Order: sequence, then structure tokens, then C-alpha cells
Amino acid sequence: MYRVYGAAKGCQKILGGSVKMRVINKGIPKIDGIDIATGKAVYTDDLSSNNALVIKILRSPHAFARIKSINTERAQEVPGVECILTYKDVPGVRFTLAGQSYPEPSPYDRLILDEYVRYVGDEVAIIAAVDEKTALKALKLVEVEYEVFEPVLDFEEAEGHPSIVHPEDDIHLNMDIGMNREKNIASSYKLEIGDVDSELAESDIIVEKTYYTQAQAHAMMETYRAFSYLDHNGRLTIVSSTQIPFHVRGIVARALQIPQSKVRVIKPRIGGGFGGKQTASVEIFPALVTLKTGKPAKIIYDRKETFSSTTSRHAMRITVKLGADKEGNIKAIDMQALSDTGAYGEHAPTVFSVAGHKTLPLYNKAQAVRYMGNVVYTNKMPAGALRGYGVTQGTFALESAINELAAELNMDPVVIREKNIIKEGETNPILEGSKDGNPAALESCALESCIKKGKELIRWHEKYPRKVISDTKVRGVGMAITMQGSGIGGIDTASAVIKLNNDGFYTLLLGSTDMGTGSDTILAQIAAEVLDTTMDRIIVHAADTDISPYDTGSYASSTAYVTGNAVIKAAEDMRKKIVGSGAKLLGLSEKDVEFDGEFIKNINGKQKLSLNELAQRLISGEGKNQLIGMGTFGGETSPPPFVAGFAEVEVDKETGKIDLINYVAVVDCGTVINPNLARIQAEGGLVQGIGLAMYEDVQYSERGKMNSNTFMQYKIPCRKDIGKITVSFESSYEPTGPFGAKSIGEVVINTPAPAIANAVYNAVGVNVRKLPITPEKVLKGIMELISE
Amino acid sequence: MKIKVIINNQNMELDVAYDEFLADTLRRYGFLSVKKGCDTGSCGLCTVWVDDKPVLSCATLSVRINGKKITTIEGVQKEAKEFAEYLVNEGAEQCGFCSPGFIMTVLAMKRELQNPTVEEITHYLTGNLCRCTGYMGQLRAVKKYLGVV
Repeated sequence: MYRVYGAAKGCQKILGGSVKMRVINKGIPKIDGIDIATGKAVYTDDLSSNNALVIKILRSPHAFARIKSINTERAQEVPGVECILTYKDVPGVRFTLAGQSYPEPSPYDRLILDEYVRYVGDEVAIIAAVDEKTALKALKLVEVEYEVFEPVLDFEEAEGHPSIVHPEDDIHLNMDIGMNREKNIASSYKLEIGDVDSELAESDIIVEKTYYTQAQAHAMMETYRAFSYLDHNGRLTIVSSTQIPFHVRGIVARALQIPQSKVRVIKPRIGGGFGGKQTASVEIFPALVTLKTGKPAKIIYDRKETFSSTTSRHAMRITVKLGADKEGNIKAIDMQALSDTGAYGEHAPTVFSVAGHKTLPLYNKAQAVRYMGNVVYTNKMPAGALRGYGVTQGTFALESAINELAAELNMDPVVIREKNIIKEGETNPILEGSKDGNPAALESCALESCIKKGKELIRWHEKYPRKVISDTKVRGVGMAITMQGSGIGGIDTASAVIKLNNDGFYTLLLGSTDMGTGSDTILAQIAAEVLDTTMDRIIVHAADTDISPYDTGSYASSTAYVTGNAVIKAAEDMRKKIVGSGAKLLGLSEKDVEFDGEFIKNINGKQKLSLNELAQRLISGEGKNQLIGMGTFGGETSPPPFVAGFAEVEVDKETGKIDLINYVAVVDCGTVINPNLARIQAEGGLVQGIGLAMYEDVQYSERGKMNSNTFMQYKIPCRKDIGKITVSFESSYEPTGPFGAKSIGEVVINTPAPAIANAVYNAVGVNVRKLPITPEKVLKGIMELISE
Repeated sequence: MKIKVIINNQNMELDVAYDEFLADTLRRYGFLSVKKGCDTGSCGLCTVWVDDKPVLSCATLSVRINGKKITTIEGVQKEAKEFAEYLVNEGAEQCGFCSPGFIMTVLAMKRELQNPTVEEITHYLTGNLCRCTGYMGQLRAVKKYLGVV
């Protein structure tokens, strides 16, 4: 029977109510799971042609320099070299690699190859040859003379540094982002609600601390890669491991100065993205070579290039000043931030603003809040999008400061949250969807229950604040909370198309990009639920810009929410058309028939038509009407999911060594569309957050070369590093979400850093304010406490 | 140079360069399940069996496997699928890029360890990195597959 679905209809709670879901909220295995697990050839390089030219990039050895001369003659002479391109061979129109909807807030500040090189690893020349060995041989023969400048390496000294990272005067901005190029400021931003200074002046207690987060690497297992060729119509086709096929089409077209109609982008299976593949780091290179030579070309970054010549998380410094009364009621929050965007401004303004926008609403009892500061250019690898997108940085700072305020008040960190957090139904002017004088309401929030459940699961009352294990070992517990969004309100859109095929099965066409998350599966679940059918009758296709309906791409925690709502609309449209066409063939009126997923029938069920027969007759000469359902969705708001995270650590007081014993995260992502996949999303995000918190250290040499550019130097968590992780769900119901769902992909990475920092403090009294929290820093803190 | 090997129970003669690594040779000959993730022998993605023992094919020179028996996941599809079912039922199959190497290690572990403890399992698999899943779901799948409580 046709049911009421969440979202578009604004209906009431379904789960736990009278209507039972058949497919939603079921742990259905991923539709591509078995094939990708057992090694089928489905990733970009598995599909590339053996005849493709292999591309290697000559990279700058200097952090900041100008190319005085570049001689490719000797390199060109190597047999098998097809082409060598330098800055003289590329269009002089600046663009951004950031995958964002047009007009992108990211500055158009780069060329494919530039006379200036702005970090160690920046591109100097593109070499295409018949094989890798030949390309590498030629690469060594390119002669470059540089005029070397003093680089800007310390982001705290970037503003007003004598060196200007972008000396050129043709940077293009689509909007005012507060750039002050000559001062190395890529973007500046200020948000203030109420009068922060006077609220702070009237507060009983002030806590002011400064926190640092590092330029975390995505470290997806499949490095960046793409290949390209000209199709039978002479159009440029790019196959890429990307989260943003439609944006790649636009970026490549602009960079190469060709119409978008001449570009096709195909996304096969993706070996992880985490936001890295929301920036088009590699696609332009093979595209350019293919256009120049007419031949297929491919580029595969090795791990060092992936670490040191793509993008990372924006490193940030955030000073948080909190004002509260003696009872722990927070009166004012002031966050002064500085962000390092490196050599180019991919995602610079948006990551920055989000760090305030998606942290401050948590504490909506504060009378006044402020978030402001600058994003600066430096001569280091550019930063970009990485799971959490600024919220991770903001959460570490704000949650750590809240924990320090609780300590100052001698108050349980759980209690200070209970007093101050936002609740369902309350409003906040910073929430997306707010208009001047009309703050948006929080429609769904189970944060309170998340905290309560998390406390029970970690056994907070037994363990807080610490347990002495032995003469040298102490265990402590700590906690933090966080929120994120679900898509970008007013900007993100997705379309979905459903085709009824002639044997009564459906094709669901999507432009979103399942990078391993399982989004293709949960979107098929949504379609199956609406169409009263089973998973095996929904074929998912994604993504190919020539075929797929438009989707901004899978980023900003958008796919379940934004694309999910589009799928509901498309499936509802299909239902209507099935009923309409079925009624016509049965010779009945639409209002007298219903569709149960298998049959279109009249009320008493005596006259009926199977879906298979309907489909067959519709594509035949009799029907001449193949059914296609279509839906587009874009949210006005961005409903936040929430997490309460609890850490238990064991600290060795003699060495500073920290072992993570337990991590508990309780998640409110609204209705859980697929509990198994949501659990893995949560566990994976937590472990990436644990990496940020404890292990992942980015090291540069004094001259600006990234030293932590392999898994030998840059440690991501392995199986032994993570202790026991417990994930639980406390679901609210989001009225605008598909079946009540909100996002989960990003929010889960945010709590480990502040919760682990808090646990270390509760164990040994040391506050580590600069990530990662290493044994060295903890031991140094212990020694300082002893000497005090 | 030419080497003679048995790959997935097929006798093959391969033409390999003196400095070529096994992972590259195998991909060149169409064994596309073999993935590379790191260039430093750190991630375990390229794991295949040489004479039934798991090795990192990205750090094994192809000339050194002359006369040996190589097994990739293409050669143990039935067994791999059996374990993959457990993995997929946990939802612990995310991007899948690390899976062939991971599964080859799990299957080797099953042959090598009798009634392993959770600690032994974790230790055996620790060289196989995964950035997506957070490992817990993989462990649940392995425990169910091996019948470890």
C-alpha cells in the first residue's frame, strides 16, 4: 500500500508508529559489497587502457620561487616521450580546484602550471610518455632555473610577511570573501550575535585558551587518479576517482577553456575520499595531455604525491574565550581563529566559517557569541575539504575550552553540557535557514539522550574523573559533543531519475558518488520503500555526467539527506505514473486503483495488472509511454546530526604513553536508514578522529618540505591503536529528512580529539592544546606539573 | 627477462623487468584485484600468497618468484566469497580498495592459526590498514567467520 513518507510530506514519526518500514532501518548488505570485496576490476585504474600515455609531474623543490627558465629539449629527445608541457603551454585563466557549486566561494587563484611555484611539490611541468619509466627518465632531464624567494612557512607569521604568496593581480573572486592578497589574507570573516565584550565583562568566570589543530591527511587507500580519452565524437572523456563528477566537468572546462558540453566525466567505484576527492587535484593533467595529443592519458599519484601535492585539512589556531556565571551557565563565547590554507585557497572561506557556524549553536543559552578571524596563504601544500570541514577544528577548540571551564568551576563536564546545550524545538540565529530577525528552529535533536546513553555505556559515574591502576598508570575519562549539517542549505541540490524497465524492474539514476559509504545502497532502499518493491528490482547507476541527473556531489554530509529526498520525489512521481498508466490500461479511473508494488488493481482486487505486464505494454506499440519518474531536491536548512563522545584512556605517568581503552559514541542521525552501514560510518569516522587526536602528525622541514609524506612517517591508526569502540544510536526524527533521516558521514569524526584531551586531563591533569596528543607532550606536561 | 611461475594453479611464463615488483607484474598480466596503497610496504593492500604464505607483492621483486606458486584473490574466489559474505553482512565493506589484500591475509590466517584469540587475530591482521571502517566491523566479521567467541 502507498504509505506516507517523511520528508516532502512533513508527516509524523513513522518508526515506532503504526506504519512499519519494510526496507528502511534494515541492515541491508551493500549492493556492491561482494564484488568490491572479492577484487573485481571496478576502480579507475582497473578500467584504464593499456595504451594510455603515462603522466608524471615535475615538482618544485622550492617552497617559493619563480621559474626563470625552463628547458625541455633534452627531455623531449628521450624516445617514447609524447609531450612535455610547461607554464608557457597552458591557458592563462585562473580557476579553483575546489568542488563547489558555482559561483564558488573559493578564490580563482591558480593556473594549471604557473611561472610562480608556491610550495615544495607544486607543479612545474607535465610529462607524458609511453610508459612510466620513460616519463620518469624525461622528468629528470628537464632543466629549470629558479629565482628563489623567502617562503612563508609559519601561518602565524603570514599576515604582513615580506613575501607575498600570490603576487599576481589577476585572482578572480566570485564574491567578497575578505581577501587582502598583499597581506597574504585569502579570506576574513566575522560573525557576532549579541554584545560579546560586555557579556564577557559581566561574567563571573572567564576561561581563555588557545588550541591548535594540524593539517590532517585524508589517507584514503586509493590515491588520486584519473584517465582520459577522446570518444567517437571527439569529446573529452575523463574517468576519475572523484566525489564531484559535475564539478570536475566545470573545473576542467574552465581550466582548459573549452565548453562544458565537450567534457564528460565518469566515476567508477571510488577507493575512499573523505573530502579529498571533493577537490579536482589530478583530472586536468590527463585531460590537457589528451587534448594536446589526441591520445588516451592517465595519471596515478603515488602515496608521496598524495600526501604532499594534493590537499589536507586546514590547520587552525583557535583562541576560545568563555564567560560563565558561578553555576556554570555560559554567558558568552568568543572564538578568534586563524586558518592556514597553504599555497592556494581551495575551500578557504567556507571551511573557516563553518568552524564557527556548526559549533556555536550547541550552546544557544549564551547571550552573545562571536567567531572571527583570517585565513592566510602560506608556502605549504594547499588545504581543502576533509571530513568535518572546519567543524572538527572548531569542535576541538570549543569543546576543550568547555571542558577547561568545567574544571575551573570544579564541575562535571557532563553537567555543564546539560545546563547549556540546545534542545529540540529551540531556535538559534546561526543555524542554517535563519533569516534576519527570524532564527531557525532545531526541528530534531536527541543530544540530551545521546549524552545520557553515552554516560551509561562508558560507566561515567564509576570512572569519572580517574582511577589509579598502579603506581605508574592512571585511567581517566573525558567527553565532548558535536553537531554537523546535512548538505548546504540553499545551495546543494540533487536530482534523481527512476526508469521503469520493460520487465518491471527499475533503474535509479543518480549523480551522487558512493565513495564506500554505501550511499548507493541506502538510496536504493529509499526508492524500494516508496515503490513497495525489493532491493533486487532496483538497479543503481552513478555517475556519468552524460547520463546521470545533476547532483552537486557527495560532500558536506549531503547524500542521504539531499539526494535521499530527491529519490523520494522521483519514486513518488513514478508511483503516480504507474497508477495513472495502470488505471488507463484497466479502463478505470485513477482514484479507483492502487499499486502494491506488484500489481495495479482496483479496490476489490478483481481487476488487476502486474507491474511486469504494465511495463511491457507501456514500452510496446500499444502503450508508447515508457515511465520515468523524476525529482529534484535542495534543502533550505541543513539539519544537524549530533554525537556525544566519551573516551577512556590509560596514561603512563613515567613515559606519557597514552592507551585508548574505550571510546563510546552515541549518534543522533535521525532515522537510521541502514543500521549496519551507519555503524561502520560511525566507527570509521571515530577512528579517523582518533588518528587526528593521537597519531597523525604533519612535519615540515625548515625549508618547507613535507617530511611526513609516507605511512612510515605519517601514522594512521592500525588495529592495535584504537581500543574498544562502542557505537549506539539515539534517533530523533527530522521532519524534512527522508523517512526522518539526517546525515552521519562527517559528524562522527569530531569528538575524539576533545574527548581524549579531556580524558588525559582527568587522568593526569595535563591539558594538551595542540594536536596530536602525543606521549612527548603529555610527559612534558606531567614534568611541568611536578616542577610547579 | 622470462620467469616461470604458477599463478592461481595455471602455469605461466612472464616477461618481467629486472627491477619490476610483483604487484606491478600481476596487474600488468591482468590480475587487477591486486592493489597498491603506499609504496613503503606499510599498508598491506598488495598482499598475495607466494607458496601459500602472504607476502607484500609491492615489495617482492618479480624475478625472485621464478619457479614459485602465486595465489591472488582471483584464485580463491569461492573461499573469498564465503568470508566476504560475513564482511558484507556486517556492513564492514566500505570502499573495498583494501579488501583483496585484507581477505588474502584473513584466509592465510585461517590456515595458519588454530583457534586464535582476539589478540592473535588483531596481531596477525595489523599490517593491513583500512581508512574507512575503523576495523571493528572487520573484527566482528572475522570472529563470526572463524567461530571465535
